[in-house]
Amino acid sequence: MDFILSKEQQFVKEMVREFALKEVKPIAAEIDQTERFPMENVKKMAKIGMMGIPIPVEYGGAGGDNLSYILAVEELSKVCGTTGVILSAHTSLCAAVIHQFGTEQQKQKYLIPLAKGDTLGAFGLTEPNAGTDAAGQQSIAVLNGDHYVLNGTKIFITNGGVADTFIVFAMTDRSKGTKGISCFIVDKNFKGFSIGKHEDKLGIRASSTTELIFEDCIVPKENLVGQEGRGFGIAMKTLDGGRIGVAAQALGIAEGALEEAVNYMKERKQFNKPLSAFQGLQWMVAEMDVKIEAARYLVYLAAYNKDHNLSYSLEAARAKLFAAEVAMEVTTKAVQLFGGYGYTKDYPVERMMRDAKITEIYEGTSQVQKMVIAGSVLK
Amino acid sequence: MNKVMNIVVCIKQVPDTNEVKIDPKTGTLIREGVPSIINPDDKNALEEALVLKEKHGANVTVISMGPPQAEKALREALAMGADEAILISDRAFAGSDTLATSHVLAGVLRKLDYDIIFAGRQAIDGDTAQVGPGIAVHLDIPQITYVEKVEVNGDTLTVRKAWEDGYEIIEVKPPVLLTAIKELNEPRYMNVKNIFETFKKEVKIWSAKDIDVDKDLLGLAGSPTQVKKSMTKELKGQGEIVNKPAKEAASYAVSKLKENHFI
Repeated sequence: MDFILSKEQQFVKEMVREFALKEVKPIAAEIDQTERFPMENVKKMAKIGMMGIPIPVEYGGAGGDNLSYILAVEELSKVCGTTGVILSAHTSLCAAVIHQFGTEQQKQKYLIPLAKGDTLGAFGLTEPNAGTDAAGQQSIAVLNGDHYVLNGTKIFITNGGVADTFIVFAMTDRSKGTKGISCFIVDKNFKGFSIGKHEDKLGIRASSTTELIFEDCIVPKENLVGQEGRGFGIAMKTLDGGRIGVAAQALGIAEGALEEAVNYMKERKQFNKPLSAFQGLQWMVAEMDVKIEAARYLVYLAAYNKDHNLSYSLEAARAKLFAAEVAMEVTTKAVQLFGGYGYTKDYPVERMMRDAKITEIYEGTSQVQKMVIAGSVLK
Repeated sequence: MNKVMNIVVCIKQVPDTNEVKIDPKTGTLIREGVPSIINPDDKNALEEALVLKEKHGANVTVISMGPPQAEKALREALAMGADEAILISDRAFAGSDTLATSHVLAGVLRKLDYDIIFAGRQAIDGDTAQVGPGIAVHLDIPQITYVEKVEVNGDTLTVRKAWEDGYEIIEVKPPVLLTAIKELNEPRYMNVKNIFETFKKEVKIWSAKDIDVDKDLLGLAGSPTQVKKSMTKELKGQGEIVNKPAKEAASYAVSKLKENHFI
């Protein structure tokens, strides 16, 4: 058994850490406050091959592995949870779908620019009445000659307002339930497609989270991904992969909060001693550290399994459940260690605590992860 | 230039001095656990070579003298976009000072085609700024140090050299050795695609027998410099780190200055 990152993975980790510290950290507080999408950094990430890490070189990617991509999400999230999820939604929920399920023509047309970072991707499954119960899709797509006519509304779509290419799910045959759901690639320029409400969120505030509105949207027939009726399976498999990305984001946020807390504890003095000299606080740090390390191995194992064509659905659910809960716990404790200063925007830990919460909710709530895990254990 | 330019960049792997701590008892550097990096000025030198490659086309070779673990710095240079890398490593080089090191690198360069040789101004672990100029002297080619801008026009380079109080613009025809300062450019990050391709490439390893140099000039025997004693500078006064919001920190600083009658 090998717990050492490969040389390539170590290089990716080092490079992304340097990038995160120089380019992402300095603007993290500002973009959180102003809800400004950091397009300039997404472009810089594209230039250095970060927008298609696990996509093969022939499709515009870096030809790397999933664990390297996961390390990139983790390193970005250490300083900015928003930037972590921008990369994660783009890669896991859009580029990976076309790579895994798309036709050669779809790959040439959509995957290459996505993996190069010339375009940005998003994923539309959730609807006002179909959140955790994703099977309750109301959006419909009706085949009309050489195209589908798509109607419906998607909500809470990450990268919604800024993406160029969308993976969208809709019913093609309502009588068949989940077997009537199909998956489509929608270009932002398609007639009948528009962006709706922009959400004002607790955390990851600079990621663009919007409604997608389809009003008689014309989608060419060749943009159907897989076959009609296979959409639900594609969505579930995609979310298995996406969960590893969210778990990496949660892990990164937790690590970032612990780093901040440790630095502060060494400097801040009370009763003529640094905070780091108080045993009660040391014990908090020890608990934070152990949970982060445990989360790390769950996250890396899920990515490792995906890289080695082993099953990873259960591993991804475990990783996401645990890492998200660790992120919430560690960031809350970090705020506590900062005391009053931690509750202000002069320090980043309150932002990290707000950013952490979403990891317990999106791409399957913690409760959904428990359903997946229990379903497997009690099988 | 009609043919494709050959650019050789000399880099050194150094401990990241931002992370280095000094043993208070012995006064020596604690190197354990300190990350090794490409010397910052050398990274500017490499970046300029890569910029010239993009603008005019060039073959960029990176060379480094050092222990086997210096291969990492060369791989990083490849991942930034260099074409080839050579590690110059031999026990015969152990104990080399800046003079012996410049002889080794000149011995390597005699075996390579070059139009431009780039080096960093100086390394952060020694601050001597002697190796680059030494190489140029041994090869008997012109050198321009403290370079902050480079332009290629036909077969002529226009180079801006920084002075403390100004700059000098020099025209020169290759072959030439240039030493880079940080004002020259902003080094790029490694590219993820390059990282995965880099590890499929070979880093050549050359020993003393592969280079063209008088063997008496190498290692300890070729090094007139001897370290008699190294010591840590005594602290005259210790600063205080104030971890407060900006406004509070500023008024605190003012109160301290008043307290000590500076203002």
